[in-house]
Formats: sequence, structure tokens, C-alpha cells
Amino acid sequence: MSKPLLTSRYGVEESWKLANAERAGAYEVARQALTARKPAELREEVKKANLRGRGGAGFPAGVKWGFLNPEEGERIYLVINADESEPGTFKDRSIMDLDPHRLVEGAIISCFAIDAHVAYIYVRGELAFSVNRLEEAIAEARQAGYLGERPFGIDHPIDVHVHAGAGAYICGEETALLNSLEGRRGEPRLKPPFPAVKGAFGMPTIVNNVETIASVPDIIEMGGDAWSALGRLPGDGGVRIYGVSGHVNNPGLFEAPVGITMRELIDDYAGGVLDGRPLKAVIPGGSSTPVLDPQRKVDAPNEDHPLHKWHGQSEIDVPMGVDTYRALGTMLGTCCAIVMDDTVNMVEACRNLMRFYKHESCGQCTPCREGTGWLVDVLDGLCNGRGKPEDVDLLVDISNNMMGNTICAFADGTAMPMLGMVQKFRQEFMDAAVHGLPDDVRHDASVRSSVEGVA
Amino acid sequence: MAFALTPEREQQVDEILTRYPERRAALLPVLWLCQRQNGWISPEVAEYVSKRLELSTAVIKGVVTFYTMFFDEPVGENVVWVCRTLSCDLRGGKAIQDHLEKKLGCAAGHTSADGKFTLLKAECLAACGQAPMVQINDYYYENLNVQQLDRILDAHAAKGGEAAAAEFSSCASFGAPRGSNGGAVTSAPPPPTKEAVRVASRPPPDSTGDES
Ligand SMILES: Cc1cc2nc3c(=O)[nH]c(=O)nc-3n(C[C@H](O)[C@H](O)[C@H](O)COP(=O)(O)O)c2cc1C
Ligand code: SF4
Ligand code: FES
Repeated sequence: MSKPLLTSRYGVEESWKLANAERAGAYEVARQALTARKPAELREEVKKANLRGRGGAGFPAGVKWGFLNPEEGERIYLVINADESEPGTFKDRSIMDLDPHRLVEGAIISCFAIDAHVAYIYVRGELAFSVNRLEEAIAEARQAGYLGERPFGIDHPIDVHVHAGAGAYICGEETALLNSLEGRRGEPRLKPPFPAVKGAFGMPTIVNNVETIASVPDIIEMGGDAWSALGRLPGDGGVRIYGVSGHVNNPGLFEAPVGITMRELIDDYAGGVLDGRPLKAVIPGGSSTPVLDPQRKVDAPNEDHPLHKWHGQSEIDVPMGVDTYRALGTMLGTCCAIVMDDTVNMVEACRNLMRFYKHESCGQCTPCREGTGWLVDVLDGLCNGRGKPEDVDLLVDISNNMMGNTICAFADGTAMPMLGMVQKFRQEFMDAAVHGLPDDVRHDASVRSSVEGVA
Repeated sequence: MAFALTPEREQQVDEILTRYPERRAALLPVLWLCQRQNGWISPEVAEYVSKRLELSTAVIKGVVTFYTMFFDEPVGENVVWVCRTLSCDLRGGKAIQDHLEKKLGCAAGHTSADGKFTLLKAECLAACGQAPMVQINDYYYENLNVQQLDRILDAHAAKGGEAAAAEFSSCASFGAPRGSNGGAVTSAPPPPTKEAVRVASRPPPDSTGDES
């Protein structure tokens, strides 16, 4: 296993302090980049790195940066998305808490590369601790002359500000985030215009995830090609932070190359399913990504199919990449997996997540507002023994009507996992429609005694 | 009575205003300053913010009601958020909520009789790998079991929230004590042994007395 990059300073004593981070290499790349390289060169390296956005959609960061085409007099903003609210996802918080200077360094290099002078880091309001860590790191960097009027002595003022949200999942959607940054309700905006044309304060804006920006220093240091080659898949480069939660022996975060398999992630990194129980299902990259069923085989007999190499193997043996997972009918999302053992009832698990979406829909679009509420009603009925077999198809119909008809991708991010659940675990939904669920059904059967302390 | 920020916080508002090209963008940070001082966004607070940022109170109300963390009515001295989204529920989130309700004597959505704690259900708080967890005021408490939760609540009652947080709260996504790194991120696959179960699924050793 190669040595860690993104997380290399996590183990350094008080890694969040400038002196300690610098002793471990922080800001060397920024100094070199700002004093000795040209912005266009830096953008080229990021493009060659095949850095796919780490916020969920996996859009290539270098390509996104290329959309900037400011008009005379326009100023460009960098906005860093630290809203981290997708259920199951807990990776960005570790960067902010344990290596805030990596994010600040990434922001400095990125600002220079895209000709921005101000970066805002939008942190979800609950993470008050991370907000403080970042503010302290920014103050130290300013004091040291890495931010401010002349960062590293060059004539390109750069400042970074932290902006705390106040509790709303939808503010992770980039245009909702921009509204929230501007002091408005966090409601998504119609696109186009895209943020790169008209974003924060009406100006061209690049919105990138925390981990995306934190990857930039390594890319510039190693060179885009070399960094890209760390990944195991074409067009999807580098290393990333994987998370595993739920029923595994060793839940947590792991740095690994792009393209390990879900089986490796669960068994080799996360210590296998809790107490050796059978794996029932895994939600691969946050709650909006359709579930994987380890019993299912990849069906790609045609040689042209992108997954032909894995034809006949389990879904969890396909390498984890933005494109491979899309071909599999799911999404890589945030790369933080939720693992469920055989004690979990999928209808109940599904109800848990759909309640989340009902709570978090911003309500602007009728199909989303009504659809999320209706899905929960139908699932409540199934769970409480008031369901009918037709309800299972009703779930499918409601979901289909939510897709493609809304201002933002939230509705699709609700409907797709709902459809995936019914498609892969239909029998369980049918059983619930006929028998309901036992009154005492819950998700934590396998850990309950250890949490409640009764042996 | 009219609301006023402390002189120190007033200065912070002046500094915050320099961060943005538009005055309105200071709304969320200023609401945060006010709520930290006042506990909730009262009509007097809204009045103050309206004058300070030159926004109508209707606009402020619209924003306050959009975000779950801004309170438009008074809450208890401490606010306890218990995460009930899937990753936490898979690891005992319901047991944690049940215990809190018993211990505080109130259901989620309500405040304890002595006014000390308001208990609220939360959606995923980005601590899924350290489930189950709760947030109390500004701090996270992770890798919980009910004994650990009792210790935390008792410390709150005896010594106050800041002292309890200093002793028990965790940072950095690893459920590690706040001052340390935890170090649970690794690029080398850890051996899938039973030992790993122990280390990862229990509270950090120096914040729990026993391992029952
Ligand atoms: C409902 C919804 C929630 C989102 N939440 C987040 C989030 O919490 N963090 C994040 O980085 N991106 C989130 N995104 C994706 C952002 O809109 C955006 O694509 C991303 O920040 C771009 O950064 P990247 O290209 O570096 O990934 C969300 C998208 C949607 C539709
Ligand atoms: S799809 Fe849902 S969350 Fe997105 S704008 Fe419409 S109502 Fe709001
Ligand atoms: S599900 Fe509880 S922190 Fe994510």
C-alpha cells in the first residue's frame, strides 16, 4: 500500500496548527505554485489529473474550471462546499478538523489558478467545531503572509472566509448554497445560468467540494498525470477518502486509490460485516445512490458494455468509479458506504431515508414536495400493516413522476434510490404489503445489547 | 426591551460585513451571533437585525424559519440533537433516543420540566462512522452507549456544558477526544480481526470509565 497523501497529516500531533502542518510540508506547494508557475499551467495539471468532483456528481474539476469565461470587470469567486449533509457521508469533516491547512492551501492554489481573489467555505451550521478550526487556520495563514494582499509576496490578493449554514440539507445543492451564502432562504435556483457564468453575487463562480479542493496541492506537487495514475480506472484519477458506516467491524474513513471494489472496502478496510454476519445490502455513496445487492450479478454479456469485464460477478466486485458505478445503474456519490447486515428490513430502512427526504425537500417544486410526502405515507402504510400489494407499484409510479420535472437534482436523488430499493428487494416490499412489519422491527438488532449495556 | 449585541459582538459584526460585497450576505453570521447571545431569535432580535442589516423583518422571518438551527421560540438551556438517520439507526440511534427521553422525562420535540434540556431529532450530522451520536449545543458526542450518555448528561448537570464538552466531546470524525487525532484513517487495510471491533465500536478509552 502506498503512503497516504490526502490524510498524510492526520496523525501529526496537533496537525491543525500551522507550525506542525508546515513541518509536515504544508504550504510548500502553494509557495512554489504562486511564485514560480502560471495559472494556466496549474489549470492544465488539474485537467490532466482527471479529478472527479468529490461532492457527489463526479464532474471533472478541470473541465468545470474551463467553463469560466468572465466578462470585462467581473470578479470570479471560489466557493467550497462543506455542507456535508448527505446521509452516510462524513469525510469532509475530517479534512476540516484534522488538516484545515490542506484545505486552505488548496483554496490558495485554486484561487490563483482560476483568477479568484476570494474563496468562501460554506460549512454546515452543525459543525461549529470545524468552523472554529478553519477560522483559526485561516487567521494563522493570514498572519504568515500566505493570505492577504500579497500572498507569498506576489501581486494577487487572496482571502478565504468561512460561512456557517444553519441546518438544511438542500444547502449542499450548489445554487441553494449560493442563495444561503447571500443571506437568503436556501432554495435552489433554476439552471441555466450555471454558477460558472452567474454564481455568487451574480459573478462567475466555481463551486467545488472540500475534498476536491484539498486534492489540488498533491496534484500540483506530483503533476496531473502522475496523480491521475494513482487511480485504477481510466478518466477517474487519484486517491480519495472512503467512508464506511453501519454494520461493519471497523467503521471509519480510509484513504485508498480510486477503483478499489466495494468488497475490498468492506472486508479489507472496514474489517468485514459486524460479527461475521451475512451482508444484505450496501448503499454505496450516500443515501441518494441506489442500493447494491451482493447477491446480484453484473449482467453485461455484450463485449461493448463498459462492465463486460465483470459480467457474472457480484455487483460489489465492480471497481468503484464515477463511470463504472453509473454503468452499474447506481452512483459513486460521496464514496461513503452504508452497510446493512441480514437483520435489516429494507422497507423500514427505506422509510428511514424517505422521511429524511420529506423533511429536507425545500418545497419549491410540486412533484418533489408532494412526492416525498406521498412516498412516506405509502411506506408508513406498508410498515404498519395497512398496505396493499398495489402500493409497491405505487411507490414506483410516484418516483417516476418525480424525476426530471424539478428545479434541482434533489427529487431525482430521492426517486432513484427508492426505485433501486423496490427493484432489488421487491419481495420484501410485497411481504410487508401482505403482512405488515412486526411491531418491534428495528435496524439495530445486531448492536442493541452493546449500546444499551445489557449483556 | 430592545435587543443589543455586546460591544465585542458588535465589533464582530463590523468585521463580518467586510467579508462580503453585499450587506445582506451577513445575515446568517449575524443571526448566529444573536442566537449565541440570546438563545433564540426573538422578535426583538429580528428588529435589531433588521435595522443593522437594512432588511425587512419579513425577510428575516423568512430566513429564520427556513433553517432548522435558528429557533423562533425559546428553547431549553441546552439543546440535545439525537441523530436518527440510517447510519445512526443501524448502530442504536433509537436506543439512544429512548434513553434520552427516559432520562430527561420528555419526548423528542420537547423541553425537560426543569428547562435544562430541549430534545430534538436530527437528520444525519456527518458523523455516521462514529454512530450512534448526539450533538449537545455546539459539540458532538460520538460512539455512544447509554452509560456514556449518562456520564455526559451528569457532567452537564454538575459542571455545565463547556466542562462536559471539554471532557467528553469528540472531533475530527473519529470519535476521538477533542485534543487528539484519533488516527482512525488509514491507508493500509487494518486486519479484519475481532480486535478491530473493540477499538472502533466503543467509546474512546480515556473518555469512558469501564468497558461494560
Ligand atoms: C440535494 C443535493 C445536495 C448536495 N449536497 C452536497 C454536499 O453536501 N456537499 C457537496 O460537496 N456537494 C453537494 N451536492 C453537489 C453540489 O451541488 C455540487 O455538485 C458540488 O458541490 C460540486 O463540487 P465537486 O464538483 O467538487 O464535487 C449536492 C447536490 C444536491 C442536488
Ligand atoms: S427538487 Fe425539491 S429540493 Fe429541489 S428545488 Fe424542487 S422542491 Fe426544492
Ligand atoms: S446518520 Fe447519524 S451522523 Fe450520519
